[in-house]
Amino acid sequence: MNLLKELKYAESHEWVKVEGNKAYIGITDYAQGHLGEVVYVELPEVDATVEAGSQFVVLESVKAASDVYAPISGTVVEINENLIDNPGLINESPYESWFVVIEMTNPSEVDNLLSADDYEKLYA
Amino acid sequence: MLKHQPLIFEISRRGRKAYSLPECDVPVAKIEEILAERYLRSEAPDLPEVSELDAVRHFTQLSQRNHGVDSGFYPLGSCTMKYNPKVNEQVVRFDGFTKVHPYQSEETAQGAIKLMYDLGDMLSEIAGMDQFTLQPAAGAHGELTGLMIMKSYHINKGDVKRNTIVVPDSAHGTNPASAAVAGFDIVEVKSNDKGLVDLQALKEAMNDEVAGFMLTNPNTLGLFDENILEISKIVHEAGGLMYYDGANTNAIMGITRPGDMGFDVVHFNLHKTFSTPHGGGGPGAGPVGVKKHLAEFLPVPVVSKKEDGYFLDYNRPLSIGKVKEFYGNFGVCVRAYAYIMSMGPDGIKAVAENAVLNANYIASKLKDKYYLPVDRECMHECVFSGVWQKEKGVSTLDVAKRLLDFGYHPPTIYFPLIVSEAIMIEPTECETKETLDNFIQAMRQIADEVDNDPELVHSAPHTTIISRLDEALAARKPIVRYNKQV
Repeated sequence: MNLLKELKYAESHEWVKVEGNKAYIGITDYAQGHLGEVVYVELPEVDATVEAGSQFVVLESVKAASDVYAPISGTVVEINENLIDNPGLINESPYESWFVVIEMTNPSEVDNLLSADDYEKLYA
Repeated sequence: MLKHQPLIFEISRRGRKAYSLPECDVPVAKIEEILAERYLRSEAPDLPEVSELDAVRHFTQLSQRNHGVDSGFYPLGSCTMKYNPKVNEQVVRFDGFTKVHPYQSEETAQGAIKLMYDLGDMLSEIAGMDQFTLQPAAGAHGELTGLMIMKSYHINKGDVKRNTIVVPDSAHGTNPASAAVAGFDIVEVKSNDKGLVDLQALKEAMNDEVAGFMLTNPNTLGLFDENILEISKIVHEAGGLMYYDGANTNAIMGITRPGDMGFDVVHFNLHKTFSTPHGGGGPGAGPVGVKKHLAEFLPVPVVSKKEDGYFLDYNRPLSIGKVKEFYGNFGVCVRAYAYIMSMGPDGIKAVAENAVLNANYIASKLKDKYYLPVDRECMHECVFSGVWQKEKGVSTLDVAKRLLDFGYHPPTIYFPLIVSEAIMIEPTECETKETLDNFIQAMRQIADEVDNDPELVHSAPHTTIISRLDEALAARKPIVRYNKQV
């Protein structure tokens, strides 16, 4: 399974990269493989508040439309507009294709996330 | 003989005409003199110019590229692509139906109104409901209508907090979508490992904000949820209503009834269960039936009967109002009426029995070649998972494309979402054993090809006019109008 050791993972297939109080969020290689080719991405707006566990991004692939759940709570400070024009990036390079940057309101939530090893154990 | 056909724009030749008109004998005015400039095009539209024969051939050949139940097996799970008996078409063309006008007075349209009344009655009997409206124009429209009725019911009781609809994770996508359009919040409950509603999860989802629970039974995996009475009890005790999505009624009609399972609201898809044509953009019908306690909220007009005949009752103060102009898609209802009358009660029951038998036959004949995630008796459809093939590098999409080479419309794939690489097969009651055997043979051959020559499956279809299309590119960069430059 293609996972990056330095990232944290949610059971619902999102990855989180923490930089200070900010977190980059995307979906795993495993998730993009199951979705199939992504053809449309709906991102939240900058300044939107998201709650851990709530749906905050919608992906549409050739197979289905799927919700993506926020692995942590906070405020959206940046969105990756490249993905809107070129959703195929999520398939090509899932770990570079962050959806949003979130200013975390509760950084301790990161501790509840899975390590690469734990995520692999769940889905390998 | 089907062959690749150029676009009508490509065979166009400037100045070629399929008509010859006499000289105009009324005064001619320039368009600029008649219309304001803002309504005028800046350049002429690029319309194709072809001979009459080329135009006829173009459209005839396009029509021949269609695959329908009349041209071949069409086991599209969840969609019940059953045969539409031709007698339905004869009946709907009777003068009394085609020449009636919706603005005609009631006394001069008694036959048409009686048909609607009787159809509502028959659907009530099949559903175990008390009253139907025929207005909704499709299944999802029926869902919206039913949900609006449920909302009105709660609000009329002064119970205004109930803003949540609960759906199982195997629900048809239209269920949460309709609930959202009706202004509800959606809560999803997980299925258990047998693909049925998890009772514990359902209990936990219940509270005083739940307006109702939407369910298909048999469910999207083609399984009958035998806990249905317990499910209804849980929802009713929490003050919610039970909504029955009738998409899978073909499996149970004449055998059991949603009303007896505890459902309060039902919609039927006449194009699935009652042999009316599937849309293709055409008219559909999704009649909604309710139990007595919801009848006063049905859309107006309600088709009713009094001593001296039938009438359209608009005097229903608690009605949710109209959901469709006039009385629904009347022609579709006539076809369904013709179907029910020609089948009769024994025929209706035989439909369900044979639909279930055929699906189980396919399941039992393929389960050594394709993984059957829930291996128990199914109802009208069976859901395989293509994971054994996926391990060998061949996806469910590839298998579906390969089926085209055998002349079959592929089954539903990648749905329900809770089954990985899902292949959902619904043969319907209409097919002979020979047709089923030929299809089974094709599926088994494809499974063997995956073992011996995976590339053959991976690059399918090979015998169609156009091979594998780039679906991702089509979705990402759709070209929706002809453009010479492309």
